[in-house]
Amino acid sequence: MMRIELVKRPQHSVLFSALSPFIAFGLTLVAGAILFAILGKNPASALYFYFIDPLTEVWSLHELAIKAAPLILIAVGLSVCFLSNNWNIGAEGQFVMGAVAGSILPVLFPEFQSWIVLPLMMLMGIAGGAAYGAIPAWLKVRFSTNEILSSLMLVYVAQLFLDWLVRGPWRNPEGYNFPETRNFHDYAVLPEILSSSGRAHWGFLFALIAAVVLWFLLSRTLKGFEIKLLGQSPRAGRFAGFSSSKMVFFAFMTAGGLAGLAGISEVAGAIGQLRPVISPGYGFTAIIVAFLGRLNPLGIVAAGLVLALSYLGGEAAQISIGVSDKTARVFQGMLLFFVLASDALIHYQIRITRPQTERTGEVSHGNA
Amino acid sequence: MGTLEAVLLTIATAATPLLIAAVGELVVERSGVLNLGVEGMMVMGAVTGFAIALMTGSAWLGLIAAIIVGALFSLLFGFLTLTLVTNQVATGLALTLLGLGFSGMLGEGFVGQPGVKLASVYIPGLSDIPLVGKLIFGQDPVFYISIALTAAVVYFLFKTRAGLTLRSVGDNHGSAHALGISVIGIRYMAVMFGGGCAGLSGAYLSLVYTPQWTENMTAGRGWIALALVVFASWRPWRVLAGAYLFGAVTIGQLHAQALGFGIPSQLLSSLPYVATIIVLVLISRNKRLTMMNTPASLGRPFVPDR
Repeated sequence: MMRIELVKRPQHSVLFSALSPFIAFGLTLVAGAILFAILGKNPASALYFYFIDPLTEVWSLHELAIKAAPLILIAVGLSVCFLSNNWNIGAEGQFVMGAVAGSILPVLFPEFQSWIVLPLMMLMGIAGGAAYGAIPAWLKVRFSTNEILSSLMLVYVAQLFLDWLVRGPWRNPEGYNFPETRNFHDYAVLPEILSSSGRAHWGFLFALIAAVVLWFLLSRTLKGFEIKLLGQSPRAGRFAGFSSSKMVFFAFMTAGGLAGLAGISEVAGAIGQLRPVISPGYGFTAIIVAFLGRLNPLGIVAAGLVLALSYLGGEAAQISIGVSDKTARVFQGMLLFFVLASDALIHYQIRITRPQTERTGEVSHGNA
Repeated sequence: MGTLEAVLLTIATAATPLLIAAVGELVVERSGVLNLGVEGMMVMGAVTGFAIALMTGSAWLGLIAAIIVGALFSLLFGFLTLTLVTNQVATGLALTLLGLGFSGMLGEGFVGQPGVKLASVYIPGLSDIPLVGKLIFGQDPVFYISIALTAAVVYFLFKTRAGLTLRSVGDNHGSAHALGISVIGIRYMAVMFGGGCAGLSGAYLSLVYTPQWTENMTAGRGWIALALVVFASWRPWRVLAGAYLFGAVTIGQLHAQALGFGIPSQLLSSLPYVATIIVLVLISRNKRLTMMNTPASLGRPFVPDR
């Protein structure tokens, strides 16, 4: 039997650092082809409908931008969290609470119609998401409560809260008892970028701006250095005079604020009202986006487009060749697995040893 | 059957899946590995158990298949974190996302189909004792397995040499390696045990708790099981107490929903999640206690140097 062994590289490999997302994507395509073959579909045509067909028409590119916007916005925020070693996996809840806070004006004060409504909605969305993100941060700083579990539990709470709102106090009075709020008035809807060719709205521009700003912050400023230092070595960070408590709040509220902006942009842009479910799991898919983009905001833009494509591809493949659009979530999960596995190549060389060399290795170990 | 008896019975049904998954994860964490993929392994167990039971007509075969699939699925996590030394938190999340995706795809054809329910035990005479008869002698077989499993894990961890070895790996993998213990090998076995338990726990949901398949039917129970391990400060009997506490909260809110009281059902449904946060806060605010009980190598990667 052969044995896989990892040998730590003296320095991390720059080559594999750049290559690993592509290796991961390639492996996902191979695994996807095998999956389609098992499902009895022609792998080549299935992959074509998944990853090429949605790119061939202009309206479909607009849909891509609509799906990519929340993924990029959330993932660039998460990169700050993950780089500073704060495991925020509750972005889905922060997305929902941002959408709820941002919708207060058009839902409760529909007669307040002015150009100022939209900017206020965006700010309230950011505030709502950031405030909700501050809860696990506060629990972590104050009580050292595990932020993974607390932020995730708050996702369920936020979803139930939204469900209650749209079925109860915020339900559209003229809506025939459907569980949804009134439609947003014209001043509360995000404009489309190029309305002549498709539905893509300003949310995508917000995402690009956020990515550039955070790229600058992370790579060109002292704050960026502080984020990475506290993530890699909290002790060294403390000696440098940085506060890890403040960083916990900064990371969670940045990610929460951006997730909240994504939430209100989705509601004010793509949907136009609040409903019981407003996200097909963007907050969780964004975790994959963040890792595929190597926690680099510019990489995240590319990764966000790839994952958005998987959503569209799932729909396209269901319509054209009859595979379930649930395969999209399988693709997304596999992609994260392959990303993490390929990342091993950055820090380690993989060596395959034969049993004989292994035995001598053990003997010398015993003598040592 | 009185109301109190019925309530107590359903509490046991709600607690059993949490207990099984949490005891499995406890063993994994005692070996120094943090597997956040419990939710994913559980939901894979749920879909497997349901599908196999429906196809063969045997709930038992469903349970066994779910254990096997849970253990195999956990090997994915094991290979990445133990052999390729990837980040355990990220890989656990990946396992959960993959499990939710895969189970949704596999189970699509089973949505809405009537399931197979695992029959409860009935012992003539004993099961008819008022109040406690059904509670002690008339439950489903997995209930008894869950209690026996907890006792077996206590015995294994604290009374056997192998259990001591496993704990030593979790507390100081460097020293354990120096003593010639196969750190990676033990961790692989622990991870697979945790996967099998999560699979069984998931199958319990789709074969006993609500005998049907719906997408994402685990509804965060895998995460609650993870929280229970922390809550119990890595002690199996405390996991049992915690699981029954959560079972009581879950059933209590369901009964409150049925009775109305004018409280929004969504508020009541969120109680188990809010309760999880509250108990985590109560436990973790005592830093010294947490530090003392946490396996010292938990979540730390291990690469043997040769």
